[in-house]
Amino acid sequence: MNERVVVAPGAIPADSEIADNEVDLAPAIKVRGYWQSVLHRLRYDWMTIGFGLVVLAIVIAAIAAPLIAPFDPYQQSIVGRLKPFGWRGHPWGTDELGRDMMSRLIYGGRISLLMGLAPVLIATVVGGMLGVIGGFAGRVANTAIMRTMDVFYAFPSILLAVAISGAMGGGMINGIISLSLVFTPAMCRVAETATAQVKNLDYIEAARASGASTLTIIRHHVLGNVLGPVFIYASSLVSVSILLASGLSFLGLGVQPPEPDWGLMLSTLRQSLYVDPLGCALPGIAIFVTSICFNLVSDGVRGAMDVRG
Amino acid sequence: MSAAVEMQPYVDPRDRGGAAQPMLIARELQRHFRVKGAGTGAVVRAVDGVSFTLFKGETLGVVGESGCGKSTLARLLLHLVVPDSGELVFDGDAVGERGGVNVADLRRQVQMVFQDSYSSLNPRMPVQDSIAFGPMVNGRSKTEARRIAHEILVKVGLRPDLFGPRYPHELSGGQKQRVNIARALAVGPRMVILDEAVSALDKSVEAQVLNLLRQLKRTLNLTYLFISHDLNVVRYISDRVLVMYLGQVVELGPAAEVFARARHPYTRALLGSRLSMDAGRRIEAPPLVGDPPSPIDPPSGCRFRTRCPHAESVCEARMPTLGHWEDRSSHVAACHMTRPDSGHSLAGSA
Amino acid sequence: MDGHTEAAAPLLDVRDLTVKFVSREATVTAVNGATFSLRAGEVLCLLGESGSGKSVTLRALMRLLPKQAQVAGRVELGGQDVLALQGKALRAFRGGEVAMVFQEPMTALDPVYTIGQHLVEMIRRHKGGTKAEARARAIELLELVKIPSAARRFDAYPHELSGGLRQRAMIAIALSCGPRLLLADEPTTALDATVQIQVLILLRRLQQELGMGTIFVTHDLGVAAEIADRVAVMYAGRVIEEGPVADVLRAPKHPYTAGLLASTVHEQAPDQDIAAIPGSPPDLRRLPGGCSFAPRCGLATEACRQAFPDPVYPAPGRMARCLRVADVLPSPLTELA
Repeated sequence: MNERVVVAPGAIPADSEIADNEVDLAPAIKVRGYWQSVLHRLRYDWMTIGFGLVVLAIVIAAIAAPLIAPFDPYQQSIVGRLKPFGWRGHPWGTDELGRDMMSRLIYGGRISLLMGLAPVLIATVVGGMLGVIGGFAGRVANTAIMRTMDVFYAFPSILLAVAISGAMGGGMINGIISLSLVFTPAMCRVAETATAQVKNLDYIEAARASGASTLTIIRHHVLGNVLGPVFIYASSLVSVSILLASGLSFLGLGVQPPEPDWGLMLSTLRQSLYVDPLGCALPGIAIFVTSICFNLVSDGVRGAMDVRG
Repeated sequence: MSAAVEMQPYVDPRDRGGAAQPMLIARELQRHFRVKGAGTGAVVRAVDGVSFTLFKGETLGVVGESGCGKSTLARLLLHLVVPDSGELVFDGDAVGERGGVNVADLRRQVQMVFQDSYSSLNPRMPVQDSIAFGPMVNGRSKTEARRIAHEILVKVGLRPDLFGPRYPHELSGGQKQRVNIARALAVGPRMVILDEAVSALDKSVEAQVLNLLRQLKRTLNLTYLFISHDLNVVRYISDRVLVMYLGQVVELGPAAEVFARARHPYTRALLGSRLSMDAGRRIEAPPLVGDPPSPIDPPSGCRFRTRCPHAESVCEARMPTLGHWEDRSSHVAACHMTRPDSGHSLAGSA
Repeated sequence: MDGHTEAAAPLLDVRDLTVKFVSREATVTAVNGATFSLRAGEVLCLLGESGSGKSVTLRALMRLLPKQAQVAGRVELGGQDVLALQGKALRAFRGGEVAMVFQEPMTALDPVYTIGQHLVEMIRRHKGGTKAEARARAIELLELVKIPSAARRFDAYPHELSGGLRQRAMIAIALSCGPRLLLADEPTTALDATVQIQVLILLRRLQQELGMGTIFVTHDLGVAAEIADRVAVMYAGRVIEEGPVADVLRAPKHPYTAGLLASTVHEQAPDQDIAAIPGSPPDLRRLPGGCSFAPRCGLATEACRQAFPDPVYPAPGRMARCLRVADVLPSPLTELA
C-alpha cells in the first residue's frame, strides 16, 4: 500500500484566496531537505553513531599525531628493541628497531587514512564525471567510455594495483595513483548506472520540455540524484582502499621504510612473530578496526539514504 | 467552453493566425523504434501516419489502449522524440524547418504534464524550485522565477508559503499533480499536453484536478491535448476526440458525436467496455475477445481486423483511410464499412 | 454486523482487525479495527482509495504481512483462527484454502519459470501426485480460464504472454488447489478496458461455478458494480459502510461513499464542475480523534469530532458508521436509474 498522505486533519483554514479546494490541514509539517532527513534518521542509529565515533577518534588521532604520540616514531634504540606490550615507558612495546609502537601506530594512521581516502576521492571525481557523461551522452560516447573502463575491469583489482605500482615503482604518490586507477572504473560504472536511471525519468523530460540545455539539466537534476549512490559506493571503497594500500606496502610496493605505515609495519614485524606475537598483530588490528568501522558506518549511511520520503 | 472564449476576446500577443488558424496540425506523423534482441529489422510502429488538427481553445481527447502510441505521439508533438517523417505545423509555422518555428520556441508555447508517479518531480528539489526551473532556464532571474512559481502555486490551489518549500515526498498524489501542472504553466504556454495526467489519482482527487484543469483553461486561455485511457474522463473534458489503435487514428470527431454514434467498431468496443456503476446493468458478454496485438508486427490491411467482428477479406487486403479530417466538425473513421464503395458487405451502414 | 439477518455461520469472519507498522520514526495505523464477514459463495468488494487499508487488510487475511507489522483482532475462516496458524498449517492454508490474485502478474510470477512450471509446482505441493497428472490438471486449469491453445501456452514464460493472458494464468494458479476463499487485489486495474471486462466476466463466472467466497479489493466503483454481491467501503483503515452493492451505489448512507460516487466521472455534464471531495485522506501516522472523515465532510458536527461513530443499521443488511446517516443525500445515480 503506498501511503502518499501527508496532510493531517484539523480545521479547514478559512483562506478564500485559494481558488480550489485543496485543504491543507497541517501547516506545521516540518520540511526537511534530503540530506537533513538522512541525518535525522541517522540520529536514531546507535550502531552507526558508535562506529562513526571510532572512525572520528582514529582520524583525530592521526591529525593530532604530533600532540598525542609519546615518542618520535623514527627514533630508534638498540637496547630497547622488541619490548613487549606493557613495557615501562613504552606501554604498547617497541618494534624491531626499538621505535615506540604506539607512536608509530598513531603516525601510521596518517598514511593509512590518506591512502584510504585519497584514491577514493580521486576516483569519485574522475570516475563520477566520466560516468555522468557516459550515462547522459549518446551511444558513441557511452560506448567509448564504458568499454575503456571494462578493460580495467578485466583484471582483479589487487593484481592491477600491484602491476601498476610495480611498473611505476614504490612510494606513496605512486601508490595513490595506482589505487585511483583501480577504483575509477567501478566508480564510473556506478555513476553511469545511476545517471542512466535518472535520465529517462519524467522530470528530466519535463526539464527538456521547458527548454533547458543538457548541461543545465545535469547540474540541476542529475548530479543531486547521482550523488547518493556514488557516495554510498565511495564510502564502502574506503576500507577496501586501506586494505589494498596496506597490502601494497606489505609487498614493498607502497610506502617505503622507515615511514610508519600499518601495512609496512606488518611486513617488517612479521620476522619477530615468534618473539612478540602481540606486537606483530597490532598494525593488523589497526587496519582491521579502521576498515570494519568505515564499512559499518557506510552501511548505516546507506540504510538511512535508501529510504525515500 | 467555446462560450467562455467568446466572452473573453483576449488575444495572446504570440497568436499569429487568429482564432481560425489551428493551433497545431499534425500530418502523417510517423515514428518507429528499433527493437533490441527481437530479430533483425524488428520495429515497433509506435506512431504510424497520424494526422489531426488541434484548434485554438479546444480540448482534444486522445484515447486508446496501452501500446497504441498515444504517449509517443505526445512526445513527438514536443520534439522530445524526433519524428521519422511527417509534418508538424504550429500556429501556421512548420516546426523544426527553415523559416518555421524552432524547437526551443515551440517548447515555450507547448508544455506537457506527465502522469503522477515517483518520477514526475525531482525528489531532491523543493517543489517551488522545480516550478521555477522553467522560467529560470528561459532567462528570468532567480527571484523573479521564484515569484512566478509562487503566483502559479496560488493558481493551482496550493498556498506557496506552505507547499513551496516542501519536497515531493511530503505531498499527496493530488498535491503533486497540482505541482506538475504548475511547473508546466510556469513557462506561460499556450498549449498543454496532458499525458494521463489524472490517471494515477484517486477518484475523489481526480475530480478536484479535473475541475482545476477546466478552470485554468478558462482563465489562462489554454488549448489542451488530453491523453487518457479513461473514456468517462475524456468524454467529460474533451470537445473533440481522437481514438488510436496500434499507432494509427481509427476515429476522430466531436466528442458528443463520437460517444453517441461511434463509427469505428473499435470505438464501439471501447465504449461497450465501460463499466456502468450500476449493479443492475452488468455487462454480460465482453465486446471484444483477446488482447491488443503487439505493435511490433501489426496485421496487414486494417490493424483492427484480427479482433473485429465484421472483418472481411477487403479488410485484410487494403488499409482503410480516415478521410477528410481537417475540419472542426468532421467525424471520420478509418473503416471500410463507412465507405459505400469499399467492397465491404456492410459498407455504408456505419 | 449482519448478525440479525444472517443465521448461518459465515465462511470468513473478521473482527476488529488492526494492523500497525511500527518504525522508529512513526507508527502507521494502516488498518484500524476493520470488521466484516463473508458468506460462502459470496463476492465482497473492499472499496477504497489509496491509504484506506484495503490491500493491507487483504494481506493480513493471507498472513502475508512482514514481521514488523503488528496485527491484532480476530480472523476466522470456517471456524479456524487464521492469525494463530504456524509453520506447516500456515503453508497448507496459503494456496490450499486461500489463494490470491495480485494486481501485477508480471511481478507476482517468477520470470525464470514457465506458466506450466508454476502450476505443476503448486499442484504437487498441495495435492501431490505424479508430474504427468499435475500437467494434465494444469492444462485443464489453463482451459478453464479460457487461455487459447492452452497446451502451447503451458510452456510459455510470463513475459511471452500479453497482460490479459498473464492475469488469466495468475488466476489459474490461484484456482489450482480449489481454494475456499479467493483474494483478489485490484486484479484488473493494470489491464486495458477491453481486456478488463473480459477478466471480470471470467472471474464472475468462475466464482459462480466453483462457489468460492471471494474478496475483491478495488478502488473502482464500476468494477465493484460489475462483480460484487456486497461492498465494504473502507476509509482510513476502517469499514465505514457496508451493504448489497446495488443499494450502496444507488443510495449511499455514508457521506464519504456519497462523495466518492459524486466525484467519479461518469456521464456528468461537460460544462459543469464535478462535485469533488475537498482535501486529502488523513495522515495514518496522526489519525484524528473522532470520525476520520470529519475534516473533509460537509455534514460534520462537533459530535463527529468527539469519537468514532458506532455502527448504525439504517436498512436490512446495511451498515454505516456515521452520526448523520439520515442527512446523507442519495447518489446522483438514483436519478439516472
